[in-house]
Amino acid sequence: MVGITSYGGYIPRLRLNRGAIYGANAWMAPGLIGSAGGEKSMANWDEDSLTMAVEAARDCISGFDKTRIDATYLSSLNMPFQDRQNSGILAAALNLKEDIETADFTGSSRAGLSAVIAGINAVKTGDYRNALVAAGDRRITKMAYSHELWAGDGAASLLIGTENVIAEFKGAYTITDDFIDHFRGQGEKFDYNWEERWIKDEGIGKLVPKAIQGILKKTGVDGKEISRFIMPCVFGRVPSEIAAGFGIPSDKVSDNMHKVCGDTGSAHPIVMLALALEKASPGDKLLVVNFGQGAVAMLFEVTDKIKNLRLRHGISGCLADKKAELNYIKFLSHRGMLQQDWMMRAEGNYKTALTTLYRSRKMILGMVGGKCTKCSTAQFPKSEMCVNPECGEIGTQEDCEFSDQPGTIKTYTSDLLTYTLDPPAHYGMITFENEGRGMFDFTDYEAGKIKVGLPVKMVFRIRNFDKPRGFIQYYWKAKPVILKEEV
Amino acid sequence: MADGIKDKVAILGMGCSRFGERWDCGPEQLMVEAFQECIADAGIDKSEIQAAWFGQCYDEIGTGKGALGLPFALRLPYIPVTRVENFCATGTEAFRGAVYAVASGACDIALAQGVEKLKDTGYGGLPAMDSVNSGSLVGQVMPNISAPGSFAQLASAYRAKHNISYEDLKRAIAMVSVKSHANGAKNPKAHLRKPVTLEQVMASPIIADPLGLFDCCGVSDGSACAIVTTPEIAKSLGKTDLVTVKAIQLAVSNGQEQGYKDWDGSYFATTRHAAKRAYQEAGIKNPRKEISMFEVHDCFSITEFVTYEDLYISPEGGATKDVMDGFFNADGKIPCQIDGGLKCFGHPIGASGLRMLYEMYLQLLGKAGNRQLSNPRIGLTHNLGGFPFSNVNAISIVGRYE
Repeated sequence: MVGITSYGGYIPRLRLNRGAIYGANAWMAPGLIGSAGGEKSMANWDEDSLTMAVEAARDCISGFDKTRIDATYLSSLNMPFQDRQNSGILAAALNLKEDIETADFTGSSRAGLSAVIAGINAVKTGDYRNALVAAGDRRITKMAYSHELWAGDGAASLLIGTENVIAEFKGAYTITDDFIDHFRGQGEKFDYNWEERWIKDEGIGKLVPKAIQGILKKTGVDGKEISRFIMPCVFGRVPSEIAAGFGIPSDKVSDNMHKVCGDTGSAHPIVMLALALEKASPGDKLLVVNFGQGAVAMLFEVTDKIKNLRLRHGISGCLADKKAELNYIKFLSHRGMLQQDWMMRAEGNYKTALTTLYRSRKMILGMVGGKCTKCSTAQFPKSEMCVNPECGEIGTQEDCEFSDQPGTIKTYTSDLLTYTLDPPAHYGMITFENEGRGMFDFTDYEAGKIKVGLPVKMVFRIRNFDKPRGFIQYYWKAKPVILKEEV
Repeated sequence: MADGIKDKVAILGMGCSRFGERWDCGPEQLMVEAFQECIADAGIDKSEIQAAWFGQCYDEIGTGKGALGLPFALRLPYIPVTRVENFCATGTEAFRGAVYAVASGACDIALAQGVEKLKDTGYGGLPAMDSVNSGSLVGQVMPNISAPGSFAQLASAYRAKHNISYEDLKRAIAMVSVKSHANGAKNPKAHLRKPVTLEQVMASPIIADPLGLFDCCGVSDGSACAIVTTPEIAKSLGKTDLVTVKAIQLAVSNGQEQGYKDWDGSYFATTRHAAKRAYQEAGIKNPRKEISMFEVHDCFSITEFVTYEDLYISPEGGATKDVMDGFFNADGKIPCQIDGGLKCFGHPIGASGLRMLYEMYLQLLGKAGNRQLSNPRIGLTHNLGGFPFSNVNAISIVGRYE
């Protein structure tokens, strides 16, 4: 049996109230009111498609043996690099083994499910025991356009395998058709979109049913047997209308999540599937469909094993951990849409020596430290000589992962002098459960709520943008864990 | 077995420029200003200087890399000149080079001079860390810190360790600045010469919590220098009242504070190591009794505050009481920053260690004008560079040659 063995999700903590977008733009685009309800998820300044995919993948593979993952596929409509394999950075951040197949899937909102199909096919060959699929999208849109309201940021991840399958893969059916509802040419920052009525009637309305018909026929399943119909679509009523044509009642149609986070691009079918899996029962038949240069439909059947999978933090965990943002200017600033005067300290040179990065890639991208085999001292970074003054042995350290170590704030400050895109900068010393420690930037903090002793979780984030060269530096930061009683 | 530096080297002369925003001066003018005073004080001819150590921290400003800046400015006659750089402890490092050269017998008379021309950056504070050599690993993993932000960390850990409220510690460190402003107001060479009230300091805008603007030292241009020789040569040149070096010690972090479990973030491990060794070298058994005055590296009020304890002058956890009692005031038991300190005299990085020694030297010779203390015997300077979690710590002790 081949299918999904685990899932994970990530929605950034910041949620921009759509009223803030509407309020700022109503003077020129009063029609926005139709989509201005609810809130959209908003990546922090140091998050992008990749960092969100990393978080979703960490959630997905938590508790699994990473060495048994033989392929890793990443999907996004906004990859940080055009030429530097983004799935390779994902694998490095997760500290996956070296002999692993990686590939990027992009260029269509269908790319997320294409990556899932590729993962399933890889496992089906028998050459790959498990395939990790992650999809993340930090959506970029022009200001004052419906897409700005519709789009949200987020990520999701699936683990595909043959053991302890929680949702069996029953089949996939794809229609490929160069229907151009939107496009983004080489070097362009924004999509160009055609008329919505045409997209609804001639595109989604014809291609999606064709794919559904194909999958039902291929698998011999009747529409009435479908327990959950998962179809991302910014036009809220369309999925129910299409589902009805196959005898699927509207209470089995998943919400498009417009109210809580918005459409997360190529990640969205997986985001919605991950959310559905949180609530799925054995025997459920999940139909996932997605429109884009044609349409794709996939059918999964939930197994008994779903009861054994430890609950993930998941999409609903992320949705619950939120901070309302009312400042539209801050949203635009985080997307690089504004020209502010950040003063001279912002003029810095952030060139990355690729030799140095490569030598220290495990430390920088994977947060791998060392543990002395002589005295058992865990230390970050891994070094030639043990940091324990009573030990000091040379060459005794083996790799020791720090990324999942629970941490605690030992020292901190809130710094208004140093240049950051989200002042004031917070940083300080983190001590880890394994007694290792280090100085780290903080992220996703609540200003004024930082204190010594606060628990933190390490997260993979953007450290700096090297704008003249188009490079992005990634590193690990400490994210305060919001305690229940503080919410 | 080495017996240390005590009384092997005497200070023949010292000089110090006015510190401040010296918009009309480059490093060359600042160095000449300090050197003219120094060479006149030493009473020798420039040609008698046999070697020089040149302290300048930042390459991005001032005279750039290499030692050329000093001999170009002073037209030194083809003698050996070495540029040293050791963060904000650069000035003491230059002094140490010259002192060790004389003590070794390699030369009779040596010059140590430090300079920094900070006000060519275009903004307040020190040059930003982003210009760290892009090849270094530090440039890829260092948190996005500023100098005040790195030292502000001390306050968070000190509060947690000693269970002091935010307000009480804020008030105690504000008193540190009030005292330094009172002293700096009397110093004609100081950058900041206005007394301030406790209320003003407490209300100053936050730079890096809990440090406000008045918890931060002046960012200044300036130069300071010393000419050193042996006590014997100094006497042969007609000097009667001699100030000699009693100790110079450095302690440098090795990654233990930020990498090993012991350090709690509230103190300087390096200061404690360097202080113990310096007291031993100088033969000091009870610093709280034997030190007459001292200059500490008060880049930020919290730095000075914890250093009282790290130098074993205040008992651990006892700095608040000493500060509130006025123990370190000009009329207190052991005056600290009698010249205004980094806080008010200013902090041109490469010059600061030598500026501290300059004040101790003036005080020991009774030449400190309206700030003169009565009959000081032993002065200590504490010159620190880097960050609380990894730093270079330099302590010098000078005193009367008795």
